[in-house]
Amino acid sequence: MIRIEPAGAESLLLVLAEEPDAELPGRIAQLAEQIDQRLGHLLLDRVPGWTSLLLHYDLSRTDHLALAEQLKPLLEAWLAQPGLHSPGRVHELPILYNGEDLFEVARLCQLSVAEVIGLHAAGEYRVGAIGFAPGFAYLGQLHSRLVLPRRATPRLHVPAGSLAIAERQTAIYPHASPGGWHLLGRCPWPLFDLSRTPPCPLNQGDRVRFRPIDEATFSAEGGQP
Amino acid sequence: MKGLRVLKPGPQSLLQDAGRYGWQHLGVSPSGVMDLQAAAWANRLLDNPWGTPLLEIALGDVQLEAERDTWVALCGADVPLSIDKQPMPLWTRLPLRRGQVLRLGFARSGQRLYLAVGGGFAGKAVLGSVSSQMREGLGGVDGAGRPLQAGDRLACRPASFLRRVSVPWPFQPDYQAKPLLRVITGGDAASFEEDQLQAFFAQVWQLSPHSDRMGARLEGEALQVPRRQWSLGVSRGAIQVPPDGQPIILQADHQTMGGYPLLGWLHPLDQGRLAQCPAHHPLRFTPVSVSDAQAEMREFYRFFGRG
Repeated sequence: MIRIEPAGAESLLLVLAEEPDAELPGRIAQLAEQIDQRLGHLLLDRVPGWTSLLLHYDLSRTDHLALAEQLKPLLEAWLAQPGLHSPGRVHELPILYNGEDLFEVARLCQLSVAEVIGLHAAGEYRVGAIGFAPGFAYLGQLHSRLVLPRRATPRLHVPAGSLAIAERQTAIYPHASPGGWHLLGRCPWPLFDLSRTPPCPLNQGDRVRFRPIDEATFSAEGGQP
Repeated sequence: MKGLRVLKPGPQSLLQDAGRYGWQHLGVSPSGVMDLQAAAWANRLLDNPWGTPLLEIALGDVQLEAERDTWVALCGADVPLSIDKQPMPLWTRLPLRRGQVLRLGFARSGQRLYLAVGGGFAGKAVLGSVSSQMREGLGGVDGAGRPLQAGDRLACRPASFLRRVSVPWPFQPDYQAKPLLRVITGGDAASFEEDQLQAFFAQVWQLSPHSDRMGARLEGEALQVPRRQWSLGVSRGAIQVPPDGQPIILQADHQTMGGYPLLGWLHPLDQGRLAQCPAHHPLRFTPVSVSDAQAEMREFYRFFGRG
């Protein structure tokens, strides 16, 4: 059951599922692309979430009722093809596992540091959504042995490129910012770069793997100490 | 290119336009002017198209020197304005000659004043917009979201008009009045207890001094909040209620996604009215239907030539 409801005077929210699953981000990415192709001229922005898609529309051209009517055939076709999803590109990101919270995470999870790194780097993750900050990709799902609540007090300064975990998610902070997640390491590559098109290499539905690297490789890949 | 040279930048003066749309799926905030109506009047007085880049001046205390002949219009907060020490009216299109100095005192009512020039300021667009986003480091005078500094130059083309024109006085708002802000209820409103929704509309809230361009924080008797949900896209004007029960209204620099329960959305024009309120100002809310809000916004956009 898809719910379609107005989100203020100029946005429409599609709730596509009650709970996320592994295929859903790729399915939502595909739906967003189809909506862009057919109805993009009516839209200012779209914001895919783990289970939802928010459409900001141009009120001079449409409203929530007319847009919902035009979306119906697209949504029916989407529902009728549950196997169809954006294949999603595969990204392998180099990571220097030297995060400030590595020992604390190991202690809280009753694992060794090597086991924390091993479990984290063994996973293949999906980009569930991009938000919080430009290029900040929520990646799921984290191994159940590594699940921890957010830190009680967020850090005021998390360095750019920090790889972090919280709950069942992992993510990389593209820019230095405050943050409440546990820091496991650093990625030397920029994840939001205005000199590139698009500025963010990751897309909803993409697959992400992590490759442990040493300090020399981190520097050679452009990582800042 | 010549333009206006910044002698005194004021506490926070930002280059803004209609917003940075088309990038929210990558987490980029839309930004743009806080008060749609005051900004639209400033551009309209100069025959500038909708969304032409202008200056959003918080609280005043700005001095600019003209390096070429142009025309300006200032609309919004009630700030004493002079040109070469001659008092001048707001909400009016005025000539500004080369060498003249435009001075702003401190706001007597309202918080944000919009300064437009004929033809608009020429800024370097970042992701399609010149809007300054300080948190994300995008747009503005330096392309990295920085507010104005002394010595900056706001480039503009020469402009000339035949005569002064003012906004008719019934359209000039009184920011000292206690606003009744209109809310389209929705989102998670149905998950709130009925008496909690009533409590939201019945009480007089105060605007917290910890408000900024990202969000307006309300202070009052805490609401009881339903459980959290999966993070989803949020729009400007959304009224979030975090676990402490004190609502936050998302403003121009809002994040693209959020996980707190939503009670509804502020009417787009009342978002601008809220942006003119000082800290501790009393705020009351009243429901409005989505269709009434849309009808008014359509008329507003038509009048100001958006679309």
